[in-house]
Amino acid sequence: MRRPETTSIFSNIDWITVLVFLGMLALGWGNIYSAVYDEDHPVILDMTQKYGKQLLWIGGALLIAFIILIIDAEFHPTFAWIIYGVSMVSLIAVRFLGREVAGSKSWFRFGDFGVQPAEFAKFAVCLALAKYLSDINIKMSDMKTRLRAFGIILLPTLLIFLEKETGCAIILLILILVLYREGLPGYLLLLSLAMAFLFFVAVVFPPLRLVYFCASLALLIFFLAKKKLRNFIFIGAGLVLATGIIFGAKPAFEHFPEHQKKRINVFLGIETDKKDKAWNENESIIAIGSGGFSGKGYLQGTQTKYDFVPAAETDFIFCTVGEEWGFLGSTFIVCLFAFLIIRIILLAERQRSSFSRIYGYGVASILLFHVLVNIGMTIRLVPVIGIPLPFFSYGGSSLWAFTILLFIFIKLDSQRLMILR
Amino acid sequence: MNPFNERKYIFIGLVLLIALTYTIRLFYVQVIDDRYKLDARNQAFRYVTDYPPRGFVYDRNGKLLVYNQIAYDLMVTPKQAKNIDTVLFCKLLGITQDSYIRKMKIAKSAPNSPIKASIFEKQMTAETYAALQEKLYKFKGFFVQTRTIRKYPDRIGAHLLGYIGEVDKDITEKNPYYHDGDYIGVNGIEKTYEEYLRGKKGTRIVMVDVHNATKGSFQNGKYDTASIPGQYLTTGLDEEIQALGEQLMVNKRGGIVAIDPTTGEIICAISSPTYDPNLLVGRERSHNYGMLFSDTVGVPLYNRALMGYYPPGSTFKLINGLIGQQEHVLFPETRYPCARGYPVMGGKPGCHAHASPLDLQQAVTQSCNSYFCFTFRSIIDQKKFSTTEEGYRIWRNYVLSFGIGRKINSDLPHELKGMVPTPEYYDKYFGHGQWKSSTIVSLSIGQGELLITPLQMANIMCIMANRGYYYVPHILRSVGEKKQIVHDWSQKNYTLIEKKYFDIMVDGMEQVVQAGTGRIAKYDDTTHICGKTGTAQNPHGENHSVFVAFAPKDHPKIAIAVVVENAGYGAEVAAPIASLLIEKYLTRKIKRADLEKKMIEKDIIHGAYKIRKERKN
Repeated sequence: MRRPETTSIFSNIDWITVLVFLGMLALGWGNIYSAVYDEDHPVILDMTQKYGKQLLWIGGALLIAFIILIIDAEFHPTFAWIIYGVSMVSLIAVRFLGREVAGSKSWFRFGDFGVQPAEFAKFAVCLALAKYLSDINIKMSDMKTRLRAFGIILLPTLLIFLEKETGCAIILLILILVLYREGLPGYLLLLSLAMAFLFFVAVVFPPLRLVYFCASLALLIFFLAKKKLRNFIFIGAGLVLATGIIFGAKPAFEHFPEHQKKRINVFLGIETDKKDKAWNENESIIAIGSGGFSGKGYLQGTQTKYDFVPAAETDFIFCTVGEEWGFLGSTFIVCLFAFLIIRIILLAERQRSSFSRIYGYGVASILLFHVLVNIGMTIRLVPVIGIPLPFFSYGGSSLWAFTILLFIFIKLDSQRLMILR
Repeated sequence: MNPFNERKYIFIGLVLLIALTYTIRLFYVQVIDDRYKLDARNQAFRYVTDYPPRGFVYDRNGKLLVYNQIAYDLMVTPKQAKNIDTVLFCKLLGITQDSYIRKMKIAKSAPNSPIKASIFEKQMTAETYAALQEKLYKFKGFFVQTRTIRKYPDRIGAHLLGYIGEVDKDITEKNPYYHDGDYIGVNGIEKTYEEYLRGKKGTRIVMVDVHNATKGSFQNGKYDTASIPGQYLTTGLDEEIQALGEQLMVNKRGGIVAIDPTTGEIICAISSPTYDPNLLVGRERSHNYGMLFSDTVGVPLYNRALMGYYPPGSTFKLINGLIGQQEHVLFPETRYPCARGYPVMGGKPGCHAHASPLDLQQAVTQSCNSYFCFTFRSIIDQKKFSTTEEGYRIWRNYVLSFGIGRKINSDLPHELKGMVPTPEYYDKYFGHGQWKSSTIVSLSIGQGELLITPLQMANIMCIMANRGYYYVPHILRSVGEKKQIVHDWSQKNYTLIEKKYFDIMVDGMEQVVQAGTGRIAKYDDTTHICGKTGTAQNPHGENHSVFVAFAPKDHPKIAIAVVVENAGYGAEVAAPIASLLIEKYLTRKIKRADLEKKMIEKDIIHGAYKIRKERKN
């Protein structure tokens, strides 16, 4: 083992990732400035404007990053369960103490600033999952391990879902990818994806017909598979689960917040309400499409700047990129995110400690899902789910949450040679 | 080594697959599909039309005939018009609450739309505008658009100058230049020279936000097009002559056309009764138009100068005299008898008392009916023609060459052809081969089925003045500051009569004014007017008074035709009016003030002037 350098907290830090992080903050702020830009308020440090406030959030984020880098990496596995516990308590507490915003009670208010516990649940779950799965006695092949790991993910998911923050709730489900990396059989991953798909299909199609279809499919698999009792039980259990989802989909869907239901309905083609909720989607793709190959130029966007695209500085920040920087700019951002995520995966793979690796995969999975859904919804490949684009969207909670999420991993990575967990 | 190490490739593959999918999708949306670029333009751009001022119109001496006045249209976008203090608003605008609701309803319903700006109140006065302007910020959704409306300082030339009106669906569908709410020349010069007068509309691209609030110009106006003002027109009209002519025609029906024979420029064209052209302007336009339209007695909208059909009467004898000479059946020394009528047909048509027999020049001077009956029949019944019809066809061709029975194609709209019957017409009426020269002998003295317009009569005078040719009569002299000639009118249109035959006729016309039926037209000894009286029989009432002339005899400067309906003798009303106009045109003043006063005061419409019933002169 190489002798660790302990002279500086910044030694062994993966500067490439940090640079990408800083670059994204700068690009994000630039686009927020453009989306909110108004000839009447050209001053950058105008705190009445969102780009002014975002500077504060960025400053805070850098401070948080620094703090995380000076905290010893051993802190995170040690306090993983405590952090997870605090996070779950805050998710419950917010239902009683939170301020109601747009139909969902998910924000703590401190004066002018709001904190959304759901955002901070992400790194808490990642830490807990890493802590649990990195235990030396844990084997993914055990049914008990699988169920507990699912439980760690599903608890906050359910809590957030009850806050009616459907978007945030769904994100955590992506952590099933981490379980896959740690040895969850591929067919269970596919089955999960199939069930999720079935859920959306069940909203549209009559349930009985779907049950017939699933039953036929099960029968077919049964004849093709080896005639073992185990297979028979699995297929039967799958069919029961499918039937449950099929009949449960509609009632569960009814529990969705009104705007979410409408967005999904529009995406699935059940509703064609051009003026109301589909507005978001049409407007976002118009903004991006109108950018053309090289864009309209910085601050020259009309669709985003003139409020045709709602929430152009938060969830639809990618529209500003698409409109003003065109195909070149938006492809660059897509590639930048792909680079960051792959970088994190490669860094995770070089970890000696399972804790760091599992946590790294958690970070990569959450980032991937955010980017997939956020950019996907602006170009109409994914239903509109109101989740931010990491490091780009306006907002303190999400920016700080992502910063914490990423920098814990950077810190863990920087000490990969010193510790063998 | 972690047993599931290989799975990282699935992860990396997944990330790359998503990135690739999104890149392809972005390429399709941003580069291949143009739909969204169009959508974005429709949403964020407002194309604001910049209306150019319409060109002015001047007379031949540079006097202004038509100019523009600024009008203020109050526009509204109903959807934005919220929380309007209607009490204050209606008070400022001077309308009732009910009419506010009604106007708003119109602005909301098709072809208007709640999200589109449309006219709420047309052409507010400057005072209303000034009062409203201060408070306009209070009324969201309302704004004022300035436009120009036409103004006629001398209130003359209504029929000639024409008017402008809003385009209808027919026009907008055919011509992409025009859009709803645009104005277009409907009549007169405004119609003919629309393209020069209107200029070119400009477009400004204004960016708007989702609330339709304007956000400034697009790329500093890089794609804006400036409007090009309409060009002014210089016409050959003489404002003073037109004004005098209209004055002289007060309380009379009829038409006057005067033409400069050396160019074909129309000096004046009067149709009476006329109206103040300012009536057909602005917000009172449709009301006034209805009023003028419903005046079925005076029919002021009817342009008698171009559309009025009158029998030419004795003035037509000139043409028969010319045709006779050209056909070698009539010579200056040819004499025909007259027995207070055409002796061959038992004294019909009749004639007045004069010495007999007369030669050609005397016959013109005395306007002998009999003489031209002989002439006419000698033309038609020549031995070389096998039938009357053949002779008639030859005669008719001569007549057509004088610009009668067909359009002369002046630059004024709604010019009519007049009527010179075809042989087929007579065949239908009398039966094929059933009509002889005697049947249609009234054509010899300009009666019968023959009908011509004052414009055509004046044109015939140009032919007489030029001894054989005319320039197509027209209003326009040049366009714009550079005096650009946009239409070549300099082509001489020859009749089928040789020049040498004109002199004797012109001499005869000179004598008409010097010593014949038109003596009243003579205003001094030095200027020799050549004229011809006519008293056109009119089956509906009193004879029409007709006088045609040109002056001076050598190097003529003006050719004129005056028709006054139901005014009796040509010498009685038409000749003095023509004479006054000629005097004014040639000397720029009128010495015979008493005659002028008498003519102006003469009221034929209201029956104050009872015409003596006489045979024609």
